[in-house]
Amino acid sequence: MGTIVIKGGRVIDATGERPADVVIGEDGLIAAVGSDLPGDTVLDAAGCVVSPGLVDLHSHLRQPGQEEAETIETGARAAALGGYTCILAMPNTIPAIDHAGIVREVLELGRAAPCDVRTSGAITVGRGGEQLAPLGEMAALGVRFFTDDGAGVADTRLMRRAMEYASGLPTGVILAQHCEDPVLAAGGHMHEGEWSARLGIPGQPSEAEELMVMRDLALARLTGTRVHFQHLSTAGSIAMVQAAKASGLPVTCEATTHHFTLTHAECAGYDPVFKVNPPLRTEADVAAVRAGLTTGVIDCIATDHAPHTQEAKEAAFDAAPPGMLGLETALALALTELDLPIAAVLALLSWQPARILGVDHIHGLPVAPGNPGHLTVIDPTATWIVDPDAFASRSRNTPYAGRTLTGKVRHTLLCGEPVVINGEAQR
Amino acid sequence: MTHLLSIADLNRADIEQLHQLTDTFVEVSRRSIPKVPALRGKNVVWLFYEDSTRTRLSFEQAAKRLSADTMTFSVSSSSVKKGESLRDTVLTIEAMGVDAIVVRHGSAGVPWQIARWLEDRVHIINAGDGWHEHPTQALLDSYTIRSERGSLEGMHIGIVGDVKHSRVARSDVLAYTALGAQVTLVAPPTLLPPSLAGWPVTVSHDLDAVLPSLDVVGILRMQQERMTENLVPSLREYTSLYGLTLRRVDTMRDDALIMHPGPVNRGVEISAEVADLPRSKIVDQVRNGVATRMAVLYLLLGQGVDKILDPGVPEEAPDGEHSDVSVTDSESSVGVTG
Repeated sequence: MGTIVIKGGRVIDATGERPADVVIGEDGLIAAVGSDLPGDTVLDAAGCVVSPGLVDLHSHLRQPGQEEAETIETGARAAALGGYTCILAMPNTIPAIDHAGIVREVLELGRAAPCDVRTSGAITVGRGGEQLAPLGEMAALGVRFFTDDGAGVADTRLMRRAMEYASGLPTGVILAQHCEDPVLAAGGHMHEGEWSARLGIPGQPSEAEELMVMRDLALARLTGTRVHFQHLSTAGSIAMVQAAKASGLPVTCEATTHHFTLTHAECAGYDPVFKVNPPLRTEADVAAVRAGLTTGVIDCIATDHAPHTQEAKEAAFDAAPPGMLGLETALALALTELDLPIAAVLALLSWQPARILGVDHIHGLPVAPGNPGHLTVIDPTATWIVDPDAFASRSRNTPYAGRTLTGKVRHTLLCGEPVVINGEAQR
Repeated sequence: MTHLLSIADLNRADIEQLHQLTDTFVEVSRRSIPKVPALRGKNVVWLFYEDSTRTRLSFEQAAKRLSADTMTFSVSSSSVKKGESLRDTVLTIEAMGVDAIVVRHGSAGVPWQIARWLEDRVHIINAGDGWHEHPTQALLDSYTIRSERGSLEGMHIGIVGDVKHSRVARSDVLAYTALGAQVTLVAPPTLLPPSLAGWPVTVSHDLDAVLPSLDVVGILRMQQERMTENLVPSLREYTSLYGLTLRRVDTMRDDALIMHPGPVNRGVEISAEVADLPRSKIVDQVRNGVATRMAVLYLLLGQGVDKILDPGVPEEAPDGEHSDVSVTDSESSVGVTG
């Protein structure tokens, strides 16, 4: 097999940036970083950035239960093409990932995937919001991230118990919340506001998200437990997290690419491809998400990659399931849309989410000898047009079809194995 | 015009043209044999995903008077959820060979989706989509006011009741304001849309204060279920605050009109005596509804609006038939008001 050298690129990681060739040894670890290094196989990185592999905290891989929309294999391939070397499966599969048996199944399916597939676990049994799931049993299998994503844990006392219980688990885990007050949001299919009123689509107000953010901040204060807020979408939520961080609460949060690129006005054509939860919001909210990514209030960019079949999305707007694809477009959208230096974008996509997930001993590490060869080579100036039919995902529900983006993944290496070469998946 | 999806797609001249066409069809409807062969050979499908006896019958009557063939595809929402997708249903209907689909659906936006899927190969008429729009209702409402008063220019029109859930209100606001009227929405805050940004209306929660200045009051239907959703405490309280009673009608101008899209809940949003007053135009609305829908069907499917509105234009009969001209052809004169 021999060694691989990534030649002619500019290395960017948490320690800074420098032009360097990167050599990966046969053991899959980085062997050397420097100038004019030799290797048996050469991967061209001229004009490219060599980064630690990207990490996504929010992927719906749909397996088990909805394999017609995505499988762990296809989702992982989409991830690799998007530059990710580690993705976190959400537990809202059918059945839910809420006990050891399903955790084992998902991890087993992920073993052969071209991406390091981790799984989250549900906080409550069946994501039903009524009974605490066996967090310890799942943690013992390596689960470090618990959420009922797709829904929030509405019962305040149960959420308190979950936080307290989780803080006692020996491995250290993090509870994450999909913030949505289910009563206030009930029946809402888009952001409640000017556009929902005009379009006659029942809406859910920003406050449905903000109420649960507010509550969980109170619970974090009460229990002293870490909490991670998933896909924050409103200016109010971000302001609250900013204040909480300033007061020293151990909270983190993520934002999705669609919440800093699209507004509720996109729903005007009644195309369910723009239906997502939390919903697309106002210009002011988009600006707040962008500002939060710039100031560091928002710790990372997550995809909330949510595949749905064509049939499912060809229903009426209020009958279609929420969610959009993200893994194959997130990096390019961040590079195209955010007014941030590329190093800051990579921090949001790689080492910062790696730290939240607790995989920062494997992923998001500096590009230095001895570290695992989880690397992404990005051409930051390449432009391309989003073509859903070219996606590796089994689904096509991207809201960005036809959009021209700047920044493209050239190679992705997982444990030193090139799983993507020149934008082509190798397996 | 390919479709009639929203009043927002029409400008003042479009609406006025449809009103003129409606005049013609009102005249046709008064004939001893109120039927013309204008749409002979055209096939119109009713795709009704929501129960609607009145609107469907009105469209049916309109199509029959134009000699179009009609088919009904009627589905209860529960069977749709289990069965084929909306898109498959629509493609199936198209494959049978139809010229227009008149769609009523409980979900906002469905007529737009259908138009997109069929790539504009079939004319789509929105007969009501969720809370969103009901354009033919707005055309017949504005036509009714115009018939009574000549014009809507400068009028003050009140729309009273459950605006939030009302497709009639959304379409009426667009039509009335396009025709130069000023609109005031009167409802408790819980029955108003969550935002009125961009709506050319004023809002009041006090019906008694608004009524004396109105030229027209449009009453919306109040549904029982709004009470169980806690949008109003009780129908009784709703009636006492927003119901159009005789006492309230007495505060209105003598020539002010009363309208209601039906079906009427007598004793709730409008009292029985008020509904039957001469100034109440509820029955005229229904009558004008047929002529309005004839106008819409003719405009979309007929062979040219110029001929019918201006009979002086020489006729062309491409297929040797005088089908569309037959409206103007019949022995009675065509009542064109200009």
